[in-house]
Amino acid sequence: MARPADGLKVVSANRLDSGAVVWLAADDQWQHHIAVASVFEGATAEAALERAKASAATGVVVDPSLIDVTLENGAPRAVRPRERIRSLGPSVRADLGVQAGRRQ
Amino acid sequence: MSHLQAGHYQYDEIDRRFLTERVEQFRRQVERRIAGELSEAEFRPIRLMNGLYLQLHAYMLRVAVPYGVLSSAQLRQLASIGRQYDRGYGHFTTRQNLQFNWIKLVDVPAILNDLAKVDMHAIQTSGNCIRNVTTDQFAGAAADEVVDPRVYAEIIRQWSTLHPEFTFLPRKFKIAITGATTDRAAIAIHDVGIRARALGQGAVGFDIFVGGGLGRSPFLAKSLRAELPQADLLAYLEAILRIYNQYGRRDNIYKARIKILVHEVGIDALREQIDAEFERIRGPKYRLDPEIVESIRAHFASPPFEDLPAKSPAFEAALARDAVFARWAEINTVAHRQAGYAAVTISLKPPGGIPGDATSDQMDAVADLAERFSFGELRVTHEQNLVLAHVRRDDLRALWQELGKHGLDTANAGLIGDIIACPGLDYCALASARSISLAQQISARFADPEQQHLIGELKIKMSGCINACGHHHVGHIGVLGVDKHGVETYQITVGGSAADDAVLGAVVGPAVGYDEVVAKIGRLVDAYLELRAPGERFVDTVARLGVKAFREKAYGTAA
Repeated sequence: MARPADGLKVVSANRLDSGAVVWLAADDQWQHHIAVASVFEGATAEAALERAKASAATGVVVDPSLIDVTLENGAPRAVRPRERIRSLGPSVRADLGVQAGRRQ
Repeated sequence: MSHLQAGHYQYDEIDRRFLTERVEQFRRQVERRIAGELSEAEFRPIRLMNGLYLQLHAYMLRVAVPYGVLSSAQLRQLASIGRQYDRGYGHFTTRQNLQFNWIKLVDVPAILNDLAKVDMHAIQTSGNCIRNVTTDQFAGAAADEVVDPRVYAEIIRQWSTLHPEFTFLPRKFKIAITGATTDRAAIAIHDVGIRARALGQGAVGFDIFVGGGLGRSPFLAKSLRAELPQADLLAYLEAILRIYNQYGRRDNIYKARIKILVHEVGIDALREQIDAEFERIRGPKYRLDPEIVESIRAHFASPPFEDLPAKSPAFEAALARDAVFARWAEINTVAHRQAGYAAVTISLKPPGGIPGDATSDQMDAVADLAERFSFGELRVTHEQNLVLAHVRRDDLRALWQELGKHGLDTANAGLIGDIIACPGLDYCALASARSISLAQQISARFADPEQQHLIGELKIKMSGCINACGHHHVGHIGVLGVDKHGVETYQITVGGSAADDAVLGAVVGPAVGYDEVVAKIGRLVDAYLELRAPGERFVDTVARLGVKAFREKAYGTAA
């Protein structure tokens, strides 16, 4: 069951070279699964976003932003439908995207 | 080049050299971006000028299909690109273009190079410039055609491509042209709509409409000029674009389209400005010489039709013995100007399918069928289907059987299953709500051919955001998805049309949730079946009885 978690955030972006959706995870590494994304709150979220923007400036990723999440069994899950679809792949093509075991 | 067929404009060496240079230029720009020499802010407008967007899951490349006409070789190349660089499919759009959804930035130069090999590109498929000119998918074939619009669409393409003055307009600019008595190009919802007409004694003229468009503020185009002489076509378009470029708003993206200028200034005042500019620039520089028109027209000469009787005994016999084929032939073919031929719509809307999607294997199959049955050319429709424009009636059954092997024999052109749907929240970075999955549910619910036939013409158009790529304002039933406090919510309209009777639909009731949309549409259809008079289409019944009658039936309230 999801528990209320107002204010919980993860950082997401797209890889510059492939466009693939990525999530800021442990050691500020970009990973393809939201489930392993680092969860931030308040000022730590803003600080994480600043680090992500620094990563964008070096050309690794583009368009980093903070995404609202809840926690399900300890793992982050996007709140808004848009970000849920981004985190999984098209809802109309279960054979594509991360939901199908692809990186993109 | 061997792949170019009759009915298809052929690039010359200058065109090809330009494309090659442009690909190499973009290759270097991508390299500089990857190397960190260009920032995203610097690179973004460059990639957009080459049709490359960053969408939800990956980059999306929008490939231009000028006025929707493709050769079989071009379609095969698109199939190959889909297979090699994407996920084995592509998406045909309401702009008669094709989008690839899973593109890697590093692959784009190679893809553009592959496109250039078949005289294709992605230039001006994005950005605030003049976009792909669209037209009647039955151009050069339709029995009701008066003037072949491809000739003028190609002239406008050449004029507008890389036009230095119109590369940074206030906003994008879309032109559509029809040359038939029935408007199948939706000219009323374009920035400029053109109706080509025969003026007598062989002369061609144009009725010009301006300020149509959907999106946040929908407007139907207003009449700007009637019977514009052929020689003045480019001078007049130049004048329209100059006045728009000068006076169109740049302070607010939502008020930047020419429709807002028309609305705010008024059509008469705008006409005065345009006419003054037109008179000022009218002259040899912009005159469209008849020799040029004829040289372009030669590219669109009729294919070598056989001299056939109007009635095909083979076709008539097939109709008599195969009711399923007869239904497909009734629904998916239209009368051809050449005796013994028909134009065929290949539906990309199987029940439960994704509107406009075609696999690479299907594209290859259609390319083969275009060569076998339709002189090696085909069309993309703004309703997200494909067309083989010149098929012998004798061959229709064989074509239908072949289409069936590839899941392309759905008999629903213009029926409830033939839904326009934008990519919506499943792919698009701008979307607020899903549209594809609703279209799939609706087409599956109404999959029964008997039921679709009973309902008759009913055009459902769905958009996943207010930008209205799915043309929802002009759907007989329109569905607009919005994000309401993080929840997908849908507004349903009825009574819209993009045809000769163009009208914007009216909201039929309170917005509903995702899970309620299909049932609501079912109730609207039931209401129509109950209320319609003999011979009335859905949209006719709405026009006769008004929205209120449908609101009462579908929502149980007159409020």
